[in-house]
Amino acid sequence: MNSIETKLNKARTGKITPIKQDSEEKAIISVRDLNLFYGEKQALFSVSMDIQEKEVTALIGPSGCGKSTFLRTLNRMNDLIDSVQINGDIVIDNENIYQTNDVIKLRTKVGMVFQKANLFPMSIYDNVAYGPRMQGLKNKKELDKIVEESLRGAAIWDEVKDRLKTSALGLSGGQQQRICIARAIAMKPEIILMDEPTSALDPISTLKVEELIEKMKKDFTIVIVTHNMQQAARISDKTAFFLNGEVIEYEQTDKIFSMPNDQRTEDYITGRFG
Amino acid sequence: MSALPEKMGNANKKKYILEGLSSKLFQFCALISVISLLLIVGFVFYKGSLPFVVDGYSFIDFLTGVDWVPSEEKFGILPMIVASVYATIGALIIGVPVGLFTAIFLAEIAPKRVAKFISPAVQLLAGIPSVLYGVFGLAIIVPFLQNVLNLPRGQSLLAVILVLAIMMLPTIVTVAETAIRAVPKTYREGSLALGASQIETIFKVVVPAAKSGVMAAIVLGVGRAIGETMAVILVAGNSLIIPTSLTDSLRPLTTNIALEMGYAFGSHQNMLFATGIVLFSFILILNFVLAKISAKGEK
Repeated sequence: MNSIETKLNKARTGKITPIKQDSEEKAIISVRDLNLFYGEKQALFSVSMDIQEKEVTALIGPSGCGKSTFLRTLNRMNDLIDSVQINGDIVIDNENIYQTNDVIKLRTKVGMVFQKANLFPMSIYDNVAYGPRMQGLKNKKELDKIVEESLRGAAIWDEVKDRLKTSALGLSGGQQQRICIARAIAMKPEIILMDEPTSALDPISTLKVEELIEKMKKDFTIVIVTHNMQQAARISDKTAFFLNGEVIEYEQTDKIFSMPNDQRTEDYITGRFG
Repeated sequence: MSALPEKMGNANKKKYILEGLSSKLFQFCALISVISLLLIVGFVFYKGSLPFVVDGYSFIDFLTGVDWVPSEEKFGILPMIVASVYATIGALIIGVPVGLFTAIFLAEIAPKRVAKFISPAVQLLAGIPSVLYGVFGLAIIVPFLQNVLNLPRGQSLLAVILVLAIMMLPTIVTVAETAIRAVPKTYREGSLALGASQIETIFKVVVPAAKSGVMAAIVLGVGRAIGETMAVILVAGNSLIIPTSLTDSLRPLTTNIALEMGYAFGSHQNMLFATGIVLFSFILILNFVLAKISAKGEK
C-alpha cells in the first residue's frame, strides 16, 4: 500500500498540462485523478481530462501506455477483469460512473467499437438490432427503422440493404467494422469509444471509416485510440498523448502536431520513439 | 576432412531406413483400430443376421414383437427398444439442462477458484467405473424411490433415468464447457458494451456461438446413456414389459444382451447379436447426427 501511496503522490504532484476550456464548450466527460491498478501494477497515473461534447478526441501513445485501458474505464469495460482496481472520478453527464450500480445504463449511453470487428454470428439485421432488443424494444417497425437509420448513419446501408438477413460474418473486414459502428449507433449513445478501429483494415476501408467518423461528429462525442498519428491529425479536434500511464499533453490537435509543449510529445510525434 | 561427407552419407542412409520403418509401424498401429472395428461389426452383423437369413425368422416381427420368450422361440424386442428410448429421453430431460447450466456456470459465472475445484471433480465423475454408479443407484436411489413413492420395488424407469442422468453429466459438462470457453472474448465484450447483462450475453450470444459444441455434448451424452449396461442392470428391474409409467420395471437393449448372453446358444444367442445390431444402429445414427452437427459448426 505504501508504494502505491507514494506513487499516487508522485503522480499528483507531477506535471499535468492544465486543461483549457472555452466558455461555450461543455465537457461531457470529466476525469479527475484517475488511477488504475492491475493487481499490484499501476497502469494509469492520476489521469485528468475533460472531453468536449461533439468533438473527436484522439488518444495517442506507444503500445502499453494505457490508452486502451483509459478508454475502457469510460464504459467500465475494465470491470470484466478481476484484478482491476480503480480510484478517482469519472463524471459523465453529471453522474459519477463509478458510484452508480447501473452499468447497463452507462453502456447504453457510452457505446464502443473494438479493434477487431466483433460482429456476432447472426444476420446483419440481428446484429444491429441486438442493442435495442436488449433494451426491450420488440416492435418490428421501430426496429426496422432503427436498423435502417443506423446502417445509413454508418454509410453502409447501400452495400447491405439487400442482404440484411444474411450472416454478418460473410462481409469484408471493413464492412464488418462499419456494421460494428452501426451497431453502436443503434443504441443512440451520446458517446462512442473507438479502440483502434482501423488498425486491422486496409487503407481504403480505413479511409471510409475516417470519413464516417468525421460525419458522425455532429451527432456523437467520439473518443478514439489510434496508433496512427496521421489519423489522429486528420480526424481529431483534440489529442491526448499518453506515456507510461500518464497524460503527458492534452491539447488542440493542430497545436499538438505543430508545436507541442512537451519534449516527449515532440519526440513521439516526430517518430523518435514508440 | 574428406571422410566426413562419406560418414554423413551413411548417417543419412540410416535415417531413411529408420524413417521408412517408423512410418510402417505407425501405419500398422493405425490399422489395428480399423481392423478391430471391422472385425467386431462384421462378427455382430454376421451372427445377428443368421436367424433371419438362415432360420427364416421375420425381422419385422423381431422389431415389433412384444414377447421375448427364448424357450418358446419368441423373440420380440419392442419392449426393450421402448425401454431404451424412454430411459435415454428421460435422462436427457434431466441431464441436459443440469449439465448445460453447470457448464455455463463453470465457464462464465463461477470465480476462477471455484471453477478450478469443480471442473476436475466433474471430470473425475467420468472416470468412475459404471458398475459403481449402479451400486450407488441400488444402494441409495432404489430404496429412496421405494420409500418415497411407496413402491413394491424401487427398481424402475425413474431409477434408470436418474442414474443415467448423473452418468451423462461429466460428458455434457466437459464438452459444453470447452465449447463455451472457446467462444471469443470479443463476443462477450461486444454484447456487454451494447448494454446487455451478463445473463443476456450468455444466452443470446455466447451459447448460440457455441451451439455446435453444445449439440455435440448432448449427442455424446445420449450415446453414453443409450449404451450404458452395467449400471442399468442393477437398477432397471429387468422385467420384459413395455414400461408405461416411471415406476415400471424395464429392460433396455443393452441389459438384455448382458443378462442372457452367458447361457444362450443357437438361435437365442444369434437373436442377442441381432439385438446388438439394433443397438449399434442407434449409435451409428447418433454419430451420423453428431458429424452433421460438427460439420455445420465448421461452416
